[in-house]
Amino acid sequence: MNPLTGYLLVAALLFAIGLAGALTRRNAILVLIGIELMLNAANLNLIAFWRYGPHPEALTGMMFAIFSIAVAAAEAAVGLGLVISIHRHTHTTDLDAMNRMKG
Amino acid sequence: MSVVFYFVAGLSVAGALAAVLLKNTVHCALALTLAFAGLALLFLELDAQFAGFAQILIYIGAVAILVVFAILLTRGSETPKDGVFSRNPLVGLVTAAGIFAVLGWAVLHSTSVLPGPGGTPAAKPNVTVMDIGNALMGRYVLPLEIVALLLTAALIGAVIVAMHEKERAR
Repeated sequence: MNPLTGYLLVAALLFAIGLAGALTRRNAILVLIGIELMLNAANLNLIAFWRYGPHPEALTGMMFAIFSIAVAAAEAAVGLGLVISIHRHTHTTDLDAMNRMKG
Repeated sequence: MSVVFYFVAGLSVAGALAAVLLKNTVHCALALTLAFAGLALLFLELDAQFAGFAQILIYIGAVAILVVFAILLTRGSETPKDGVFSRNPLVGLVTAAGIFAVLGWAVLHSTSVLPGPGGTPAAKPNVTVMDIGNALMGRYVLPLEIVALLLTAALIGAVIVAMHEKERAR
C-alpha cells in the first residue's frame, strides 16, 4: 500500500469519528471535542500531502497545518468560553435543553 | 507501511473513539489527550518535527487543559439521567459512516494519481526549524500577522464572553 494512502485513511477515520461525536453527543463540550478531532484529521491530511508531495521544501502544506493549528486553538478558546457563559445563564451544557437564543 | 505507523494510528483512533464514546466527560478529555498525542506521533513519523511538537504544545498543553477546565467549571462530569447521546443518535452515526465510506472510497480509488512512488518511500524532506522560521518571516509574513490579530481578537472575545455578568454591569 502507498504510505500516503494509509495516512489519508487514518485521517478519514478520525474525521468520521469526530463527526459522529459532534452529531450524537448531548454535552456541548463533547461536541467541541468532536470538532477538534475533525480539525486534527484535516491537519494530518495537510502534513501527509506535504511529506509525499512533489515539493516538500516549499513548506506550503506545513505552513497551512501550522496556521490551521493556531486557528483551531482560537476556536477552542472562544467555544469553551461560550459554553461556560451559557452554563452560567441556564445551568446546563445539554444541547437539547438549549432551545432559545434569548439569555 | 511500518509497524510503528500501525501502532500509532491505532493509538490515535482508539483515543478518538474513547473520547467520543465514554460516559464520564473527564475520561473523554483524557482520551482526547491520548488521541492528540497519537496524532503528534504521526506528525513526527511524517518527518514534520515542528508540527509534531507544536501539536504537543498547543493541543495537549493548551486545548486539552482548557477542555478540562471547562468541564470542571460546568460540572459536566456528572452523567446526565437521560443518557449522554442525543435522542436519535442513529442519524449522526449514519451520516458519519456515509462520509467515511465516501472518503475511503475516494482515497482507495485515487492511488494512481496520488503523489509519491508506490513501493519505495519518498525522499526525506530536508527541512529545519530555521527554514520554517525564514518562511514565516518571509513569504508567509502576512498570514502570520493575520493569525496574530485573530488570536488577539479570540483571546479578548473569550474573556469578554466568559466574564461574570455582575462585573460587566458595574
